[in-house]
Amino acid sequence: MKIEHYRKSDELHVKLCGELDEHHSAYVRMSLDSLLDSDGVKRLYIDMSELAFMDSTGIGVLIGRYKRLKPRGVPIYIESPPPAVDRVLGLSGIYNIMIKAG
Amino acid sequence: MKNQMTVIFDAVSENEAFARNTVAAFCVALDPTVDQINDIKTAVSEAVTNSIVHAYPSGENNKITVVTTIDDESVHIVVSDEGIGIDNIENAMQPFYTTKPEQERSGMGFTVMESFMDELKVEPNTPNGTVVSMTKTIRGADWKKKKR
Repeated sequence: MKIEHYRKSDELHVKLCGELDEHHSAYVRMSLDSLLDSDGVKRLYIDMSELAFMDSTGIGVLIGRYKRLKPRGVPIYIESPPPAVDRVLGLSGIYNIMIKAG
Repeated sequence: MKNQMTVIFDAVSENEAFARNTVAAFCVALDPTVDQINDIKTAVSEAVTNSIVHAYPSGENNKITVVTTIDDESVHIVVSDEGIGIDNIENAMQPFYTTKPEQERSGMGFTVMESFMDELKVEPNTPNGTVVSMTKTIRGADWKKKKR
């Protein structure tokens, strides 16, 4: 599991590469939180185009980040989830609280 | 033709990818679609992760057994552990139900298994632990007609 990231003014863009299961969830959680702690992040974009696998553990990670960001008014955008990942996301109702972009 | 594979491994998170990829590789003989393989991988990952996270709080004798059986049409997967078992299976199967919310668990594991497979059964193991049985039909009526 690898996480790439860049800042574009007040946007934080992260790209999840690899397989997000329970084994990698702590790493993803900690990495995202440390990136989100940096100043001035107003929007979070999560690029999933390189995410080869995700199970419901990933849903837990996403909902956890949502709970942290909601009080700050930071929306989360999900970009380019592969069909298998998209199915898990859709089933969990995550698109009711995050925006699917691309 | 019927064909069966059994794998037994330690209930540690390093083995989650091993378990789902091994079952998926075994199912390739049925010539499934990419979507079907992804469904199977996700369901196996959910079942195995449940055992890893919940079954063995002491960490001792922490084995998980996965038996995969394929026949001409379908795949049948049984994931079992000999851990502490599930107090209330009916509750555990409700969407978003989790006994470990502090760990940011989604509680969606059984819902995913139910949605991605055609049949799901969760039962206590004897003398202890949990057995999760799942079936998915890979080849439908069209294939049977063609074969004839």
